[in-house]
Amino acid sequence: MKENQKTYWKGIEQLSNDADFVKKNESEFPEYLPISETGGESSNRRDFLKLMGFGIAAASLAACEAPVRKAIPYLNKPVDVDPSVPNYYASTYVNGGDAVSVVVKTREGRPIKVEGNKYSSITKGGSSAQVEASVLSLYDKERLVGPMKDGAETDWATLDKEVTSQLNKIAAQAQGSGIRIVSNTVLSPTTKKAVGEFIAKYPTAEHITYDPISSYGITEGNRRSFGAAMIPSYDFSKVKTVVSVGADFLGTWISPIEFSKQFAQTRKINEHHREMSRHYQFESNLSLTGSNADYRTPILPSQVGPLVAAMYNAIAAKAGQAKVSGGNAGDVAHLTAAANELWANRGKSLVVCGSNDPAVQVLINGINTMLGNYGTTIDTTAPVNYRQGDDMAMSNFVKDLNSGRVAAVIFLNCNPLYNSAEASALTAALAKASLTVSTSDRMDETAAAVKYVAPDHHYLEQWNDAELREGHLSLSQPSIAPLFSTRQTPESFLKWAGQTVEYYTYLQNNWKESYFTQQSEISSFQTFWDKALYDGIVELGGSEKAFTYDFAAASVAATSIGQNYKTQGSGLQLALYQKSGMGDGSQANNPWLQEMSDPISKATWDNYLTISLAMANELGIKMTEGETQLVNLMVGDQSIEVPVLVQPGQAPGTVGLAVGYGRTKAGKVGNGVGVNAYPFITKLNGANTMDVLAGVSVTTTGKAYRIAQTQTHQTYMGRENVIQEATLDEYKKDAGAGRWHPHIYKEGEFVKPSKITLWSGHEYNNHHWAMTIDMNSCTGCSACTVACQAENNIPVVGKEEVLNRREMAWIRIDRYYSAANPAGNKKELEEAAANPEVTFQPMMCQHCNNAPCETVCPVAATTHSTEGLNQMTYNRCIGTRYCANNCPYKVRRFNWFKYHDNTQFDKNLSMNNDLGKMVLNPDVTVRARGVMEKCSMCVQRIQSGKLAAKREGRRPVDGEINMACESACPSDAITFGDLNDPKSKISQLLQIEEKKEGEKATERVVNEERAYHVLEELNVNPNIWYMTKIRNKVKESTEA
Amino acid sequence: MVAKTTIVRYATAFFLVCCFVFSGKQVFAQRDAVPTDPEIISQGEQLFNEYQCNTCHKVDSKLVGPALAGVYDRRDLEWIYSWVKNSQALIASGDPQATALYNEFNQLVMAPYDLEDEQILSILAYVRDVEENPPMPEVAATGDGAAAGGDGSGIPSSYLNIIVAALVVVLILILVVLVIIIGVLKKYLQDKEGLDEADKDVVNEKFSFSAFVKSPTVIGIITFLVIALAAKNVIDGLYTIGVQQGYQPEQPIAFSHKIHAGEYEIACQYCHTGVEIGKSANIPSVNICMNCHSQIKTDSPEIQKLYAAQESGKPIEWVRIHNLPDLAYFNHSQHVKVGGIECQTCHGEIQEMEVVKQHAPLTMGWCIDCHRNTSLNTQGNGYYDKLVELHNKTSGTPMNVEDIGGLECAKCHY
Repeated sequence: MKENQKTYWKGIEQLSNDADFVKKNESEFPEYLPISETGGESSNRRDFLKLMGFGIAAASLAACEAPVRKAIPYLNKPVDVDPSVPNYYASTYVNGGDAVSVVVKTREGRPIKVEGNKYSSITKGGSSAQVEASVLSLYDKERLVGPMKDGAETDWATLDKEVTSQLNKIAAQAQGSGIRIVSNTVLSPTTKKAVGEFIAKYPTAEHITYDPISSYGITEGNRRSFGAAMIPSYDFSKVKTVVSVGADFLGTWISPIEFSKQFAQTRKINEHHREMSRHYQFESNLSLTGSNADYRTPILPSQVGPLVAAMYNAIAAKAGQAKVSGGNAGDVAHLTAAANELWANRGKSLVVCGSNDPAVQVLINGINTMLGNYGTTIDTTAPVNYRQGDDMAMSNFVKDLNSGRVAAVIFLNCNPLYNSAEASALTAALAKASLTVSTSDRMDETAAAVKYVAPDHHYLEQWNDAELREGHLSLSQPSIAPLFSTRQTPESFLKWAGQTVEYYTYLQNNWKESYFTQQSEISSFQTFWDKALYDGIVELGGSEKAFTYDFAAASVAATSIGQNYKTQGSGLQLALYQKSGMGDGSQANNPWLQEMSDPISKATWDNYLTISLAMANELGIKMTEGETQLVNLMVGDQSIEVPVLVQPGQAPGTVGLAVGYGRTKAGKVGNGVGVNAYPFITKLNGANTMDVLAGVSVTTTGKAYRIAQTQTHQTYMGRENVIQEATLDEYKKDAGAGRWHPHIYKEGEFVKPSKITLWSGHEYNNHHWAMTIDMNSCTGCSACTVACQAENNIPVVGKEEVLNRREMAWIRIDRYYSAANPAGNKKELEEAAANPEVTFQPMMCQHCNNAPCETVCPVAATTHSTEGLNQMTYNRCIGTRYCANNCPYKVRRFNWFKYHDNTQFDKNLSMNNDLGKMVLNPDVTVRARGVMEKCSMCVQRIQSGKLAAKREGRRPVDGEINMACESACPSDAITFGDLNDPKSKISQLLQIEEKKEGEKATERVVNEERAYHVLEELNVNPNIWYMTKIRNKVKESTEA
Repeated sequence: MVAKTTIVRYATAFFLVCCFVFSGKQVFAQRDAVPTDPEIISQGEQLFNEYQCNTCHKVDSKLVGPALAGVYDRRDLEWIYSWVKNSQALIASGDPQATALYNEFNQLVMAPYDLEDEQILSILAYVRDVEENPPMPEVAATGDGAAAGGDGSGIPSSYLNIIVAALVVVLILILVVLVIIIGVLKKYLQDKEGLDEADKDVVNEKFSFSAFVKSPTVIGIITFLVIALAAKNVIDGLYTIGVQQGYQPEQPIAFSHKIHAGEYEIACQYCHTGVEIGKSANIPSVNICMNCHSQIKTDSPEIQKLYAAQESGKPIEWVRIHNLPDLAYFNHSQHVKVGGIECQTCHGEIQEMEVVKQHAPLTMGWCIDCHRNTSLNTQGNGYYDKLVELHNKTSGTPMNVEDIGGLECAKCHY
């Protein structure tokens, strides 16, 4: 097997072999040592003696009397709650126009973890970083504790009385009596019904829906194409060819968890199934989806329209349809190949587009119609209910407000003064309304500007429902009693509409009338309701609706494209985007999301202007180790100072900027992080567009800035073959393609590394826990990292400490760029960074059978278990950090500080106030300063799974014990299990031979040829196996 | 004729036997309907414990409720079934037996149980089994245990004492012999002519006690001993920091385990509900106390505290006795349900404690000792089958907790 000749790099500094980078990574600890908290001189012998004297005195004093601790049982123990035994409740995560069916784990009545609901046929148990992090938002101290009037606390009775009387007064007016309810997409049919009752009471009321990240282009495009404003459901699991023009469907577009689950199915390969889908991506910024594409072409935002038109024409030529005009996309790489392949896989292909221009979406619909994808990969009978915002209605509302036609505005769980395209106009016009109400859960930008705030419950505190897709309902049930004196928003609406019914009863009644009657399986409503609550979901099936594509709309759309997209312009273009962690910024006060390193840039705690290396060279900006410069970004007449980040894969002539940052009133954690990009949203064909095609310029300021990137931290010192990959064609010929088999020279011959060993090996008779990670499925979305943080009480360290390379994440996702060509000089470097291939590799403790960390610990604080785990014992650790030094994978994390109960780390919300501490997992120790920690393979889950089996007198069943990362993974890339159980999924994935008696772990034979150990040459023999990355692309001839 | 007589004789015998058998059936009809199949008995025993019948009932004597022995003779089986399932309904239906029973036991309500007829029958089978084969006192078993402990490896302590005594005797003898030798030699030298002055000084030197005490060697040795003893005390003292063995705080309510667990033999699990399902054994909530104390001893000032708690809505703040450090994970269900360990093993003779005190030191050494020496309760637990088989292939001793990784750090620390 020939060695892989590609160059892999984690960041530009590594590729260019930057001197500073090399120096930092050569030292044992790149961090500055020793730590001096006072900033003064280092301590001396006298200090040591003083401290020791004090220590002994303190210890003896402490020993005199142990504090009296209380054990306080329940007064009346609830039947279902047993202390120390977790309960699980099915519920629904709702945030703006997004919703995911989840299962909430509670301990002693406190929600501590949110996971996907496996019963949902949409998300199938997957979750995302935002869903995983949402449990911490419940315990956010910045939430309002009760209703507010003019910024001061009030009570509900006063608020209701005043709001109702003013509403009545306004409704009775002859002039200017408009009442507007403004919200993001409301997914709950019962909430909509409650709002409907409100509108019935006040007939001048109207409900305006907008979304921060608008999909109006799709609904409007579908209205023009089919006569129905909707977003169909997509099925990526059936595709052979998928072409995405700027749609980040694995990261942020419409329903990324669902699409990741589906798409991953087409990327699973094994010896018997050597087929996978092919994915083309055309985009400006390097997105999560683009980084997973087989072929990615960087394009200008202004090329989107013409490119889609060109693709339409290419397909139309084959389908015998009329061509359309639509401008000139120029020469776009892979466009012809993509069109040919789409045509060859008619009915098994899918074209999606992230553009919010209705005209572009009309052509996309035309392409899918010609390809016969409707009915196979696109389902119009069950349209989704996410992101139904109407941009036109929103702009009309602001106009109406400005002209005095609206007297009352109620903002229903939305924050348009921050995240709408009309934010500034709305801010100015809001004073013209006599009654302003917000139901925000905190004093956010909008709530701070209104008269009354009627704060809503957190989603974990409320009864509600959500209709994700027509006929696919998901129930929310409270998993904790409301923490504060908040009230559910639909109940507020009912109250203002003069109804006194409790929302829970209202919800049940609505279900009795609307959904119970639609099914015939269950005859008693109580049984139906109980089952719905237990499952969390009810699926009733959609309706049969037939649509015909209107080809006349295509030519109208093409004309519009021809006018709006001028590719010849040489000006810089700005492409706004969402990060998969931060999303639209509504959870900006969640430190887990702020510190999650972005899958692509690996940056934390910031947004930044992404520019290409060529452009950086032009501007004279050199970026190493996050050290960069602030630039002045001018868009039209607005200007903003923003740091730049050199992003490989950024299309030349474009810059990218993430929305969701620059909050001013999110709370202590989110305020002032990054810059606000929402004001740059512009209008195109009546829809909000994230692409700014003209009037963009960037000038340097010369001011230095540091972005806290984790990308080059914990690097492997240039050891090759960490990533092993092949193309599908190679794999078809040889299942072991791309594998590298190291051999070590010993006594005149080359032998396998496992033949030379210092260790005597372990035999595991009971369990042999192991994990496989399929790099072909992993999209890098980072849901696992947040899941791990929530499960294992991992502290947030803040931007400063990330800059000091002291982030604590137990699982990180290494993102490697690679390019075939070498990177010797500046020009070659630019070429290599122009459009690199990307590989994601989740990296955590490898639980080596020959663990190098164990042998160097002077106090035996890290030891090996009889089940294959590398154990870390915090109470034994004295903090020599020898283990971290000796770990070839750099997965050990040191507690440089006390991160809990420490005002210096007050952004670490989960450990620094009584409310935040409620999220901590009581089964996992909160680590003290000065000890090492690392992935424990969720040993608390293993122990409780084993105990459950023992109590029932049986062996654990495969799949019963799950890792936090594994269950979060939306693409099922992680599989955990027992290698001693021949029937387990992992044993079958690895095709491991059944354990013979007396066989040691290091001698087990794995027959799956894709499986490999990272750094196999060291023979540390990990229990984590990686599966080679297979790209479905034709190998370029340069590498023959 | 002979044949006829024989037939008549047989027929008479048969008739008599039938009479006997059937009359017997009439008298003991219920008892014999109760099965004696060991499987059913064990099922009944399990149910008896699971539903904690023993909280109110004993087989041989009256407790809160009547003694169960012979209940199948006293009552109709169908009556027993309906009584167990819902006694209140039976009383309400005006059944005279039920009403009489209810009144006899101070109108204490027996809670309804969701049991099948066969399950109740199996409980009766267990009761019958206990009645007919009363359990033997378990003297022999403990005797064995003690003997086994004594037979451990190393030299028995009695031998050690003898050896030490012999050594002391030998040393004294040596001392005596040495003194004699010195005397003899001295005498010999004094008698000898021609010694120079220096030698004479040595020979005639008087033993001075003060000089001996002031000699650097003696001072050195004494200083060393003092320091060593002090150091040992300090180290021993440091090891006891945080060890609260014997801790016996006063509790807000003078609850007596001696009465509840000792005299009335209420199963521990009746109040400590979590002990078989979770990490915590659970201090009972007031509603559990009220199961009985809504009727019993309602006038006692201690019981009044329960009512006060219920009325004020404030839970009772017991003083926590067993304080494991947060870094150690301990799970009751692992030890009690899976391991089958008696509560008394760690908590001492709780049934004799008027006020509970901490019996065990709860140090890591104490945990480890037990994990080293305790053989696992693997009987009938499918989890261990393969492990036991593997263990028995290589070892003649029973499988200890240690043998399956019970000493590993991450079993308790994570």
